[in-house]
Amino acid sequence: MAAPRMAYDGVVATAPVTIPYRRYSTNSAHWWIGRAVRAVLQLAELKPADIDGLSVSSFTIGPDTAVGLTQHLGLSPRWLDHVPLGGASGFVGLRRAARAVQCGDAEFVVCVAGDTNHVDSFRRTLSTFSRFAQDAVYPYGSGGPNAGFALITRNYMKRYGATREDFGKICVAQRENALKFPYALMKKPLTLEDYLNARAISDPVHLFDCVMPCAGAEAFLVCREDRARSLGLKATRILATIERHNAFPDDPIQIRGGWAMDASELYAMAGIKASEVDFLETYDDYPVICMMQMEDLGFCAKGEGPDFVRANSFTTDGSFPHNTSGGQLSVGQAGAAGGYLGLVEAVRQLSGAALGAPVAGARIGLVAGFGMITYDRGLSSGAAVLARMDG
Amino acid sequence: MTEPLVRPKRKNPLKKTREPLLPQAARSRTALGLTAAAAEGRFQLQICADCAAVIYPPRDACPRCLSPRIPFKDARNDGVLLAETTIRASTDVYFRERVPWRIGVVQLDSGPTVVAHLHGGVREGERVKLEFKLDKSGQAVAVALPPTEALNMEADLQWRELTCDPKYRRVLVTDGRGPVGQAMARAMSDAEASIVFVGVADPWKPFPGEAALGKIPRVEIVPLDVTDTTSIEDIAGEIGPRVDILINTAEHVRAGGVIERKSLAVAREEMEIRYFGLTRLAQSFGAILRARGADGVNSAAAFVNLLSIYALANWPAYGAFSATEAACLSAAQSIRTELREGGIKVVNVFSGPLDTEWYQTVPPPRVTPVALASAVLNALRRGLEDVFVGDVAEDIRARLSVNPKAVERELGS
Amino acid sequence: MSKKDLATGPFNLLSFARAVADGEIEVVDLSHTLAPDFPTIVMPPELGQCAPFRMEEISRYDGRGPAWYWNNISMGEHTGTHFDAPIHWVSGKDLPDASVDAIPASSFIAPACVIDASRQSAADPDFVLTIADVEAWETRHGRIPPRNWVLLRTDWSKRSGRDFVNLGEDGSHSPGPGPNVMRWLAEERDIHGFGTETIGTDAGQAFHFNPPYPAHYYMHGKGRYGLQCLTNLDRLPPTGAVILAAPLKIRKGSGSPLRVLALVLKKEVQARESWTR
Repeated sequence: MAAPRMAYDGVVATAPVTIPYRRYSTNSAHWWIGRAVRAVLQLAELKPADIDGLSVSSFTIGPDTAVGLTQHLGLSPRWLDHVPLGGASGFVGLRRAARAVQCGDAEFVVCVAGDTNHVDSFRRTLSTFSRFAQDAVYPYGSGGPNAGFALITRNYMKRYGATREDFGKICVAQRENALKFPYALMKKPLTLEDYLNARAISDPVHLFDCVMPCAGAEAFLVCREDRARSLGLKATRILATIERHNAFPDDPIQIRGGWAMDASELYAMAGIKASEVDFLETYDDYPVICMMQMEDLGFCAKGEGPDFVRANSFTTDGSFPHNTSGGQLSVGQAGAAGGYLGLVEAVRQLSGAALGAPVAGARIGLVAGFGMITYDRGLSSGAAVLARMDG
Repeated sequence: MTEPLVRPKRKNPLKKTREPLLPQAARSRTALGLTAAAAEGRFQLQICADCAAVIYPPRDACPRCLSPRIPFKDARNDGVLLAETTIRASTDVYFRERVPWRIGVVQLDSGPTVVAHLHGGVREGERVKLEFKLDKSGQAVAVALPPTEALNMEADLQWRELTCDPKYRRVLVTDGRGPVGQAMARAMSDAEASIVFVGVADPWKPFPGEAALGKIPRVEIVPLDVTDTTSIEDIAGEIGPRVDILINTAEHVRAGGVIERKSLAVAREEMEIRYFGLTRLAQSFGAILRARGADGVNSAAAFVNLLSIYALANWPAYGAFSATEAACLSAAQSIRTELREGGIKVVNVFSGPLDTEWYQTVPPPRVTPVALASAVLNALRRGLEDVFVGDVAEDIRARLSVNPKAVERELGS
Repeated sequence: MSKKDLATGPFNLLSFARAVADGEIEVVDLSHTLAPDFPTIVMPPELGQCAPFRMEEISRYDGRGPAWYWNNISMGEHTGTHFDAPIHWVSGKDLPDASVDAIPASSFIAPACVIDASRQSAADPDFVLTIADVEAWETRHGRIPPRNWVLLRTDWSKRSGRDFVNLGEDGSHSPGPGPNVMRWLAEERDIHGFGTETIGTDAGQAFHFNPPYPAHYYMHGKGRYGLQCLTNLDRLPPTGAVILAAPLKIRKGSGSPLRVLALVLKKEVQARESWTR
């Protein structure tokens, strides 16, 4: 029996920042990250010298890692973390920073994810992504994650009867949410017909199943609740987090993520049931993964994802608000910042600072992360349950 | 079902020739164990010496028991195609101009799942067999094939990228004066090469089999003397752009050790024909072969060297000859890398003593010219790079992988 | 310079040079071009072979040498039009001055008697020259003087490639001298050397003669010389031509490719028709 998880009492996430995305940027990732750090400081009315903790996630700050950024940005932290986990960077950055603050190793930790997107960034990132990708995936058509997730999608469809219409419904709802979000790169409405008729990328994945790579940055501050209050900041409590890497290695093709292993622990730690969640931010690199998260995080049983999608509506005013700012599929994927997008949106929604459509009366939000497809599946998965500070 | 291969039309001389591109070549060192196996047409995976786990992708610790003892071993290659996709967009220029491209996930009966290229004849949910073949970058890639040979296998365009089938291609056999060259010409003609150029030196000197050689369908005899730079430059200028596969059959075999075989004139002749001949052929044909590596159905595809197995381990009874063969092997390795950027495969075919006149006193087993030609054809069709023909060659190869010093002593006794 | 002066005037090297320059003395090139495709003598495969002529460019006004063109060449001593020295044969191996570097230079200039066997050779590739053939020639043109080359014209040089070598399953078939005539020419006529248009001074089937290769055997056994792969013998008069044939000065050499030149008086060239009987 594992030891009980220690609560995150007295630690909050605050000062959510998004640096508006651009499709292509000639600036470096350092530039984007610097802007995000500055925006957090401005929002929290702190000085650089006040920052004694830094967590960085990026695919394009090479040859630097987090430590290079300390000198680059003029920070002298006593706690530093480099989190190279792509879509899992958000909750991983959050939970490590939370423990550091909780134990007094740091007082103000800036968690930031940012990436640039040069015209050849995406191709370069893909071709050197991981050893297994280099040895055993990229030489096979170089279709990137689109091809890998096409195989996963195809298998899931055959096994559980999901249809393209089901996936389309998720994408269409996210686009509707995105139309109200000021920073979304996709600004045109999307109908189910548009979705179904879009050109194939790697069967059965079509154009609107794929995120648009772009440049951007997301960030937030982790500190003690009393410090947030004294700074007059609206903040968010952290009720629970889970993390898992390389879950279910014996599944021949990925049909579930690590959440299936740890979801009950998540809810136990948070002291809630799935039905008490007011909105869900899933990691939406592909709609099939959104469906898996809905299953693995306990909103329906494994294999019932299609039925669940058919029975619900996913706009901010729907029966199951999902990816309330539009998700990566409509906002864009700014590299590792894609792993922060849902988390930053959740912090906004729960602190009454939504930039797009708010989820009315939102008290509890669940943010899931996923990423690092190194061979044939996403390796990293996790989630966080956040709550409004005053309730 | 794959449609039969269509004979290519004549090339439009006003159209730009498509330049060769290569898929990504980077591999970890451990993954090169697959390349070594694929070069010989073997199927090998890492199998844990401690817990017998079958492992893929290649790595440096057993994922079941963390043992570092995970050598590559021959493995079973049957499995099921779990899911497939057809890639229609790629960031990589090589694949970009070759989409749509089918790949899938195969679950091997032995355990691991393998992302693989798919031959046109395989279907999702069906049994397949997996092979590792060398792609244009010279690295191993997995290919899922129908469990039994299907019709028109060789016509699948993805398969044709991985092999060097002489069908509808134009072949140059550099020396038709001897039985090996003549058997080679016949084998290529039977394999439906569209032209088989056969080089003949010293046209003023008749040779046995001359009449029959000229009667083989689609054979064109051309003047070619591997010892004469001008001869090779001239013929390369004439037919170079029409040579897709070059097979160097020029041979020179004489018994005798380095000390024992006194005549340096013979050694000079040997090096001239074998080593400098190879050098001349590579220098004159290399550039044009390289430039045409992606030139349609009958693209330039292969440069084949016939080498003695004693290039790898000197046999002092034929010691001077062995040394010359070793020089040729090293040159072939350089040529292999130099031609790679055109996607041209350099095929080294090793055999022990042949059933020809200069090995007359050597006891059997010996390799007949027909068997050698057949092995070359097989290597081209299967896209192999290092081929060992006959019992003696396979025996030497096996012994070398265990104890090279023992081979040295035993060949010298 | 009048013909009279040439025939009867005081001996004068300068007038000789002027006669060459003016064309009164014609220089006939009796040599084939050294090229890779010229056939060489073929020995049985288990024996050592004569190297063919090969040329490797060193540079050609390019990065290997910007302002010049030159080649390295390789060949055997007996490649192409070439000279045989006495040391080339077992019968001459112990004679003094037997290698090309030791032969007195004066031996490189000598007159020639040209015996025309072109009709007979056209009819029979294995034509063998006999004593009777030479005596018939002497009846018309006079006794062969001592220290003259005897050149056997067969028009074989007009053949090329396969026809020139004329190899069958039993060896080569080309005309040449029989054993008796060679011994007779060496002992009774003291000839300077024997020259042919074929590969080798001997007939294609001379291996089967007794002794084998009699031209080599008797010429070199008497310390005399051979010339082969000659051409343009049909431009020479039966007598009166002077041959310049100086092999390379190779240390202990057995022979060498060379430029063989024949000097002929122009008036005799113009009377060529009468030579074909």
